[in-house]
Amino acid sequence: MGSTACFIIVSRNDIPIYEAEVGSAIKKEEATHQHQFILHAALDIVQDLAWTTSAMFLKAVDRFNDLVVSVYVTAGHTRLMLLHDSRNEDGIRSFFQEVHELYIKILLNPLYLPGSRITSSHFDTKVRALARKYL
Amino acid sequence: MIGVGKIKQYSNVLDKPLSKGKQEVSLSAFAFLFSELVQYNQTQVDNIAELERRLEDAGYAVGARVLELLCHRDKGNRRETRLLGILSFVHSTVWKVLFGKVADSLEKGTEHEDEYMISEKELLVNRFISTPKDMGTFNCGAFVAGIVRGVLDSAGFPAVVTAHFVPMEGHQRPRTTILIKFAEEVLRREARVG
Repeated sequence: MGSTACFIIVSRNDIPIYEAEVGSAIKKEEATHQHQFILHAALDIVQDLAWTTSAMFLKAVDRFNDLVVSVYVTAGHTRLMLLHDSRNEDGIRSFFQEVHELYIKILLNPLYLPGSRITSSHFDTKVRALARKYL
Repeated sequence: MIGVGKIKQYSNVLDKPLSKGKQEVSLSAFAFLFSELVQYNQTQVDNIAELERRLEDAGYAVGARVLELLCHRDKGNRRETRLLGILSFVHSTVWKVLFGKVADSLEKGTEHEDEYMISEKELLVNRFISTPKDMGTFNCGAFVAGIVRGVLDSAGFPAVVTAHFVPMEGHQRPRTTILIKFAEEVLRREARVG
């Protein structure tokens, strides 16, 4: 019995640049599509909410059954979105902050085009390790 | 043979911590690099407008990264959501980190609601550059205009940013003004939120 969690990074132009299922539960095929759908549907809410506060961590913005969507908006309006069923807010905040640092390091690469997919396998490994640690 | 028997340790950049950044960088090294950048672009284009656009695009890439890095490093993860907030961020924080001092002045345009100007007596990038007469009003400050546009655009305040020479009485060299003209949606959003 583990936790479900789906993590995506959406760029400023509403294009997902990174996706990962980071939960520890056994995943069913339909669940993956559903998770992505829920996260994309939450984008509208995030858009409005982002302009009302200067904080980066937006906590829980949307709910679906027992799954909660938490969002972290960076300065460049890149959204880190997590779909989860746990209630561990501090763990989620730390997870977002660490992934934010990783994202900045990727962004600083002058050969990386901002808004394009993140293909680094090292980045993938690190995100999954962080997810296991904090979620 | 060199290197035989030694195992090179490649540590991925993702593993290294985000550095605080160097407080001082060699001015001559930067001036040399920038002059090469301008010269390289000169060989690639046929007209002044295209050259300015290329310098602006180079600056845009810098601006997008500078915004993320500075907000994380210097502003403790607070985003800017208001117009005046992002302008003063550019005017002080960005200028301080890139050029070592805050910009000389930040003014609101008198004729139009959506225009703002950041002025500088002598832009750092222009210090060792002189433009020949036949290039007209070309200003290498287009690079800095690109940086500002990169910061504003990434923060969600799309704008058209250009660099102009403004002659000053009593001074030989004209001062440089970065003119920022915000898109309509920015003003509409400001009116709605403010």
